[in-house]
Amino acid sequence: MRATLAKVKTPYLLLFPGFAFLFIFFILPIINLAQTSTQTPIAGGDTGQNEQTFAFSNYINAFIENREQFGRSFIYATLATIFALAIAYPLAYAIAFKSGKFKNILLVLVVAPFFTSFLLRTIAWKQILGEEGFVVPTLRNLNLMGQSTTITSTSIAVVAGMTYNFLPFMTLPLYASLERIDPRTIEASGDLYANAITTFRRVTLPLSLPGVVAGTLLTFIPAAGDYVNAAILGSPNTKMIGNVIESRYFKIVDYPTAAALSFTLMAAILILVTLYIRKAGTEELV
Amino acid sequence: MSTQLKSASIPTIPIKARLSRWFGRNLLRIYMVFGFTYLFIPVAYTFVFSFNDSGKSNLIWKGFTLDNWQNPCGAPQICNALGNSIKIGLLATIFSTILGTLIAFAIGRYHFKGRSSSNLLIFLPMATPEIVLGASLLSLFLVFKINPGFWPTVIAHVVFCISFVVVTVKARIASLDPRLEQAAMDLYANEVETFRRVTLPLVAPGIAGAALLAFSLSFDDFIITNFNSGTLITFPKFVYVAAARGIPAQANVIGSAMFFLALALVIAVQIVNRKKIR
Repeated sequence: MRATLAKVKTPYLLLFPGFAFLFIFFILPIINLAQTSTQTPIAGGDTGQNEQTFAFSNYINAFIENREQFGRSFIYATLATIFALAIAYPLAYAIAFKSGKFKNILLVLVVAPFFTSFLLRTIAWKQILGEEGFVVPTLRNLNLMGQSTTITSTSIAVVAGMTYNFLPFMTLPLYASLERIDPRTIEASGDLYANAITTFRRVTLPLSLPGVVAGTLLTFIPAAGDYVNAAILGSPNTKMIGNVIESRYFKIVDYPTAAALSFTLMAAILILVTLYIRKAGTEELV
Repeated sequence: MSTQLKSASIPTIPIKARLSRWFGRNLLRIYMVFGFTYLFIPVAYTFVFSFNDSGKSNLIWKGFTLDNWQNPCGAPQICNALGNSIKIGLLATIFSTILGTLIAFAIGRYHFKGRSSSNLLIFLPMATPEIVLGASLLSLFLVFKINPGFWPTVIAHVVFCISFVVVTVKARIASLDPRLEQAAMDLYANEVETFRRVTLPLVAPGIAGAALLAFSLSFDDFIITNFNSGTLITFPKFVYVAAARGIPAQANVIGSAMFFLALALVIAVQIVNRKKIR
């Protein structure tokens, strides 16, 4: 009897330390953020002093004021996710099926750029594609680019930067699900007179769908909240919602608006993610 | 002339068809070369410009020098920042690996009430954009009048590393053959012994991978750190602040050195593992 009781308790004991930590430092902050989001500044108080007035209008005001940046965040993140998927899928496929004994080394190489700080790499792109790099002057000399056109400080640069930075997050889950495919299923499809395209469309792609879902989420979520790429590679015209939240916190010290924006962003992402998972039909995601 | 002869010797397959067939067969390999080139262009750029005799701003190539590599701490604050990043990274790795591994065993090994909501709690931090995680923690610290700094940063890093540890270790646990543990039990090992001598060694590579992932996520984190570190400088923060005025070449030295160090470490682990299997 005691033994079975201990067995029932074991998983909860294992969960306790980690979940206690997550409760204090993840759940509580989110609740606190929700509280902050409906506060208003104390009349005559210092900057950053607020009181709870349940001002839900904060949300409406914050959204209307920053709807452009919200829209941009979701468009940029969607584009970056699509590009990353297009680049990463063949790469993951090649590593999973065509790399032979180099598989492990190639996998390490996918993650390896992480170790050079992503900020350094983003700044490297800025310098390579910037006015003083070698790409822009060459293209101008060849008359492939107008004299006043630039690559950096454009929305294209921001999307490209995000695509690059989140590529490993896309590649790894794709590889993981492709690698799990039994090669015999692909052979069987060939034996049944399916050509390469049909085999891919009807066998490989559906079997790799969990990887597609995980990869797109791991790319889309951080991309939607990102502000570093926009700050380094963009211009004031490419500001994303992350840039607004950052400046509300640090430059303007307007915590309620920043909190309302953060909450809206999180809610929007959660709703999109839930719909997406429902649609993609994968339950065991984590 | 010679190509003509060659194609003449195999008259059934003309050269064009052979070329296109070769491309068809190797298309993915060619693609792979392009893909990895793309991934490594900025890494190579960072490495090359670590040898630039640049003075203060490392923008234009001015000449080759080894000075930056001989004096990596030459830029003010840079080694202080690096030290902070390593300390925070190690602490965050230790805490998140322990907490995450325990959770992974609970979810991966037991069926209990609340298992699916546990999965949800693990998924939520990953589905929360970094800026929201960072900002919400900062407001909690402000409520409790805790000044942002070293420990708040460590805590923030543990929060976002735990989920990645759980996912990585859980995948490893799920791939274990349960018959191995049953065999140990059949051979009269008790639960503790089975865990220590069979389960743990089998899961260990997953835990090591999770720890490495946690360290690299923590070491490279900027957004959450920026919110919770106050005046403390970490390496990514140093780079971000320096970017406005031009980054000293020493930052390129440290970035490149970390790259080669990590690569050497991972390859060494691979070789050791391969020998073990043999």
